[in-house]
Amino acid sequence: MTGAAAAPVVLRLEGVTKRFGPLTANDAISFALRRGEVVALLGENGAGKTTLMSILFGHYLADAGRVAVEGRPLPPGDTRAALAAGLAMVHQHFTLADSMSVLENIALGTQPLWSPRLDRGRALKRIREMSADFGLEVDPAARIADLSVGERQRVEILKALYREARVLILDEPTAVLTPQESEALFATLRRLVARGLAIIFISHKLGEVMAVSDRVLVLRAGRLVGERATAETDRHALAELMVGAEIARPDIGPAQPGPALVEMKGVTVGGLGPIDLTLRGGEITGIAGVSGNGQAALAEVLSGTLAPEAGTLAIEGRAAGAWSPRAALASGIARVPEDRHGVGVIGDMSVTENLVAEAYRAPAFSRRGWMKRPAARDFARRVIRDYEVKCSGPEAPARLLSGGNMQKLILGRALDGAPRIILASQPTRGLDVGAVAYVHARLLEARARGAAVLLISEDLDEIMALSDRIHVISRGRLSPASARGELSIREIGARMAGLGFDHAA
Amino acid sequence: MAAALEILFTASFWVAAVRIASPLIFATLGELICERAGVLNLGIEGIMVAGAFAGWITVYSGGDLWTGVAVAALTGAAFGLLHGLLTVPLGLSQHVTGIGITLLATSLTYYTYRLALPEVTSPPKIEAFRPLEIPVLSDLPLIGPALFAQTPFTYLAFVAAALVAWLLYRTPLGLALRAAGENPDALEAQGLSVTAIRMGAVAAGSALMAVGGAFLTMSAFNSFFFEMVNGRGWVCIALVVFGSWRPGKALLGAILFGAFDAYQVRLQGVVGDAVPYQVFLMLPYVLSILALVAVSRRASYPRALMVPYRKGER
Repeated sequence: MTGAAAAPVVLRLEGVTKRFGPLTANDAISFALRRGEVVALLGENGAGKTTLMSILFGHYLADAGRVAVEGRPLPPGDTRAALAAGLAMVHQHFTLADSMSVLENIALGTQPLWSPRLDRGRALKRIREMSADFGLEVDPAARIADLSVGERQRVEILKALYREARVLILDEPTAVLTPQESEALFATLRRLVARGLAIIFISHKLGEVMAVSDRVLVLRAGRLVGERATAETDRHALAELMVGAEIARPDIGPAQPGPALVEMKGVTVGGLGPIDLTLRGGEITGIAGVSGNGQAALAEVLSGTLAPEAGTLAIEGRAAGAWSPRAALASGIARVPEDRHGVGVIGDMSVTENLVAEAYRAPAFSRRGWMKRPAARDFARRVIRDYEVKCSGPEAPARLLSGGNMQKLILGRALDGAPRIILASQPTRGLDVGAVAYVHARLLEARARGAAVLLISEDLDEIMALSDRIHVISRGRLSPASARGELSIREIGARMAGLGFDHAA
Repeated sequence: MAAALEILFTASFWVAAVRIASPLIFATLGELICERAGVLNLGIEGIMVAGAFAGWITVYSGGDLWTGVAVAALTGAAFGLLHGLLTVPLGLSQHVTGIGITLLATSLTYYTYRLALPEVTSPPKIEAFRPLEIPVLSDLPLIGPALFAQTPFTYLAFVAAALVAWLLYRTPLGLALRAAGENPDALEAQGLSVTAIRMGAVAAGSALMAVGGAFLTMSAFNSFFFEMVNGRGWVCIALVVFGSWRPGKALLGAILFGAFDAYQVRLQGVVGDAVPYQVFLMLPYVLSILALVAVSRRASYPRALMVPYRKGER
């Protein structure tokens, strides 16, 4: 994908600046996008990528700067104008109506609202043509709810093409895909640019950026810190640009496996199982897989919110009796839940109250049914200090904490009593690189002192980096364990897509 | 027992069933439009009262019948805009606001009635809609009188059902309306305004509710009196669920309820004093609940129903 240098400019940004109070989210950003090229927009969470795209689509008003599409200035703050000018975006969270059909989702808003008839025939014909042309196969009559994540993404791309978009913006498009689905996406993107589309590819995954882009723009702390031709750079240089300084990779020593602390045999619940799973002390066991394949049920079993319907669950060699969240806590299982905001903390309660939420009945924090407030506050102060939680104090409402600090609070609550068993479900989702490194370091610390850690993550790099043993979960079934480094990323990807399960299981 | 069954084969029973169903059809369609766009409208009961009065007073003061229908619709739309303003851009609780609208509309109507007619003790009658027999078709056995010898107002109910179905499934506006109730983000991402669509839906839906109320005064009882709506609005809320948010099924549900109601009146005549009449009054509601349980277990409600939309939040 080269030779685009001479092509006409489709999209031009000049000095786009956006401030939120004291924070400058975008600082005088200028660049040009040409026909037929893929430009990667690389940056950490919070670097200003999303803000920039929100300005393009009129969700925010820029404080300064201009945007022009094919030489014509784009009126600020006008989503319709941006769409009409040929900009289209595929968001990380799809904007599809689940109970409506593919065709209806694509046709939504493409005809004047007051026209007396929705032209289904014409829409159907065009969707069929585009599907065939670009390799975006999907049944126009299917309900969105019945489609896989990869298919839904195709619908989003078709939506853009249906509106004759000239600039397609993809926000972290591979976050929800298997490696194989990602490959198919990249092939589609190549076809699209060959037809003259221009693509902005937002990502923080260096491998993909190298694979798919012609040019890379790197954002850091709201500023454009570098622009490189992909052919003339490498992952290492991009990583340095993105982060600003070398981030020390955690030093991981060999595992010293201890006794089996958790043993599941033939456990079945909901759409999960039957599965066998053993967690040993001093080991991190990773569960790789695309979300929605049974991870949630597995996490719920271990955290006590679901009891196994069949099979046995033994904690430290003893069969678990009546299984409940309280029983799980009492067995020494510490939980870092997947949904920080919904399950992990109660937003309107204070940091202190959240920290003692799992232990308020313990003698340390209560006596004869009365809370010991001072003890709880002392505990909160200690966790805030030890786990570097940035907040205004123990009485701050938890919802005011940033994602990273909320996660540190949860880690503090979970890990402070040196638990023997730790469930970490998507522990770094949505966190910036610094916070990710912190979470990883704490999990490795727990491993070093002999705890058994179950790490459930969609981030394959994270799984591969931390886990001593890796299982792949697909359609509620668990692959046999592979040791660290035993399988390549491609082999794990194949298992994530459900291949190689039959003879293995 | 045979007498109880014979009721089902009398033309007057079916005529009554469709007549009783007519106001419910309008109001159910109105509620359905609101809910499809994502807004629960519990103002329905009060808006029906206001519509009943607005239509009636227009005709009573010398207005044309169809002018009365239009005034009722506008009155409903006005209360709808108030409900919409509070629940859509301001995002207040749809339950609480809706009940408030019902209380406000009902009280305001009674107040206006007393101001307009301070001396009246027995409600004055108006010259209401008359049955319009459609030649040939009205001679069909049973369904002829039931469907083709009603007032024009009843015919309008069936036309309204067809129009709402066409609107929802065959027009770009209907697509946008359904998207507003399923996933407002999808709508906003296509450059359409969730606020505008929802406000419009609530206003239009409330207009239909008021027209349903007007049916009572202009095509059924021919006068206005207190408590005349008598819970019909709440029945319509259930009918929307019974119809799984689809106009055709909602229409059938309304006729079914009308049939239950017409049946219980006639059954009282057959059974006589052996059973207290309150049991029969209760019958349509009990049967409705049972039908609701049977039908709506697999109904899929609009995903964004009762979820206020704020731009830029996920």
